Amino acid sequence: MPKDKVQIPRQKMPTRSPEERRHSFEEVALGFDMDLALAEASRCLQCKKPSCIGGCPVQVRIPEFILALREGNMWGAVEALKDKNSLPAICGRVCPQETQCEIECVLGRKGEPVAIGRLERFVADWERARGMRIPELPKPTGKRIAIVGSGPAGLTAAGDLAKMGHAVEIFESLHVPGGVLMYGIPEFRLPKEVVRAEISYLESLGVVIHTNMVVGKLYTLEELLKRFDALFLGTGAGLPMLLNISGENYNGVYSANELLTRTNLMKGYLFPKWDTPVKVGEKVAVVGAGNVAMDSARCSLRLGAKEVHIVYRRSRQEVPARAEEVHHAEEEGIIFDFLTNPVEIYGNQQGWVTGIRCIRMELGEPDASGRRSPIPTEGSEFDMSMDTVVMALGTRPNPLVFTDAARLERSRHGTVVADPDTGRTKMERVWAGGDIVTGAATVISAMGAGRIAATNIDAYLKDRSGPWWPEQA
Amino acid sequence: MYRILAKETLTPVTKLFVIEAPEVAHKVKAGQFVILRVTEEGERIPLTVADYDRQAGTITIVVQEIGKTTKLLGTVNVGDSLASFTGPLGHPTEIENYGTTVLVGGGLGIAPIYPICRSLREAGNHVIGIIGARTKELLFWEEQMRSVTDELIVCTDDGSYVRKALVTVPLKELLESGRKVDRIWGIGPAIMMKFIALTTKPFGAKTIVSLNSIMVDGTGMCGACRVSVGGKTRFACVDGPEFDGHEVDWDLLLTRQRIYLDLEKQALEAFERELVNVKG
Repeated sequence: MPKDKVQIPRQKMPTRSPEERRHSFEEVALGFDMDLALAEASRCLQCKKPSCIGGCPVQVRIPEFILALREGNMWGAVEALKDKNSLPAICGRVCPQETQCEIECVLGRKGEPVAIGRLERFVADWERARGMRIPELPKPTGKRIAIVGSGPAGLTAAGDLAKMGHAVEIFESLHVPGGVLMYGIPEFRLPKEVVRAEISYLESLGVVIHTNMVVGKLYTLEELLKRFDALFLGTGAGLPMLLNISGENYNGVYSANELLTRTNLMKGYLFPKWDTPVKVGEKVAVVGAGNVAMDSARCSLRLGAKEVHIVYRRSRQEVPARAEEVHHAEEEGIIFDFLTNPVEIYGNQQGWVTGIRCIRMELGEPDASGRRSPIPTEGSEFDMSMDTVVMALGTRPNPLVFTDAARLERSRHGTVVADPDTGRTKMERVWAGGDIVTGAATVISAMGAGRIAATNIDAYLKDRSGPWWPEQA
Repeated sequence: MYRILAKETLTPVTKLFVIEAPEVAHKVKAGQFVILRVTEEGERIPLTVADYDRQAGTITIVVQEIGKTTKLLGTVNVGDSLASFTGPLGHPTEIENYGTTVLVGGGLGIAPIYPICRSLREAGNHVIGIIGARTKELLFWEEQMRSVTDELIVCTDDGSYVRKALVTVPLKELLESGRKVDRIWGIGPAIMMKFIALTTKPFGAKTIVSLNSIMVDGTGMCGACRVSVGGKTRFACVDGPEFDGHEVDWDLLLTRQRIYLDLEKQALEAFERELVNVKG
């Protein structure tokens, strides 16, 4: 290992101060400048057999884009990056790199891995500032593909299929495209301008986006199949899970989806300039510890809460959120109550929540998920007074899209059964990928699934001779 | 898209809009709702469909001007377009030939009752309508309701027109008269629907209501519209909007409708100041 490479420290991401960002929806991480990017890029060992690529769900040619960046060939870096990842400005910001590409980095064995995500964001932001170049498109194939849902899976599939020369139309139920990137992830983590730029890039590839169209209500899948050669379902997991404890319907108890949708999609933080209100009290408890919980807690703070708690039934080791989000949340003063589980929400005569009753937990034997399962400690109940409670307990696929689609096989968790190698569902000419198949997961895994489906759709449209479902072979 | 093709003032606080939305018009059924935004910065508000014309490709909505968004909508003119218009949402009314049906519409509730009456009549039901409003000038669509009902009872709370009574009074009389009533619908303000349900319960007459809870997306995503029906939490947007009125926790609905009262007032006051400035 060349010694000098190891000696350059991992470059820190410039961020706004915690004091400043507690009250601001401006982006927290400011991004590398060229000097920082070059210093960080110089750390890459350019391994002959790069293990980082294997850690990436879409196999971005990581050493190649870093090398191009290092050599000052920025458009070359863009090309190497975008060849595999059509939404790099988004992934650079929201991917859990520490468990994917960066965990595989050889430098990480003795020190800190290359900051691949930060470099990815740098290259993508550089490109966006200059105007994205539209690739030359092949001759139109005459095939028409409908994509249902415009989140990460749908956008990726749409981009890939458009670049293959197919006519792509996206159906989105909300009034803006982007799915969870718009309604879920807050502005301070993923500026909506970044998402809009990626979407207008897709439109420049000829992708047509229909907003305000709820598939399952306005059109059924069968109806769409009459008009299109292929259908990709990427409607995600939009249905919130509730606590199912007494008091969950008191005023001031939100699903994380509602709090985040009011705040991010409807711009509730700009009320009354924007019309949709969002109401957060002085003391807020967010139940759950995933990325959505961190986003809810940090939004609550920015909406004026004085004290925000993350209430989580397991311990710090099991926290599913991205490390950087937990770090940022702690810096901003979010209080973590580990091994604590709500058993009841209580309220006042007027119907407003006034607090939660919790029970202490201990960790027992590992459960099916491999994590140690939390066990309540008898007699350890205690009360915490709260003005707002947010349930961030995960989500399930929204069944609306399955209206009159009996041929689409689903698991008992409500997810769609699809072949992981092709994205094919049991319903002929219908593919699916992302959270609708896996249940709530990450942006990048949804993108990976969108890419797999796009490749298989293209292959199918060229040659339909094989069996639709592997079992039939 | 979503152009206003016609606008009509029904009462001093109620306006009707005919909106160009051919795809929604093609699919919609009585009892379903739409969600619209007036401007890009606007909130998403749910409105139950008052009428539709599949051939013309239009949806009719009737709006009562109470808050900022509905007042702002009131200023939109023929030829203007809405920022967005999404539908049809929710389940349609279950239309069957039940026999004799009674449909009660109070205030703005007269509008959504109308297409349900029409569909029930087309399915062969004997349709009795009961419509009412606080006072004469707030009553609308009497003639239109006559055209889709076999019998129509009209009343006003203050007696300024026809009979002085709340809609629950003729409803109770009808049930007490011993006439066989196979199904009842009641649509109007939550408090009125609560009393309709309380009126019909002793008679064991199945009563369907359309719940107007606060919504954001209207597709089951946010859960703002949570209601308790038969002791279970349901989402009015995707599980409803129609539910068995005898199973609804009315006090919870009324409480949850008040969540944003103070902010709604703030938004309205700011809007009214703005209007004065524009006019002044």
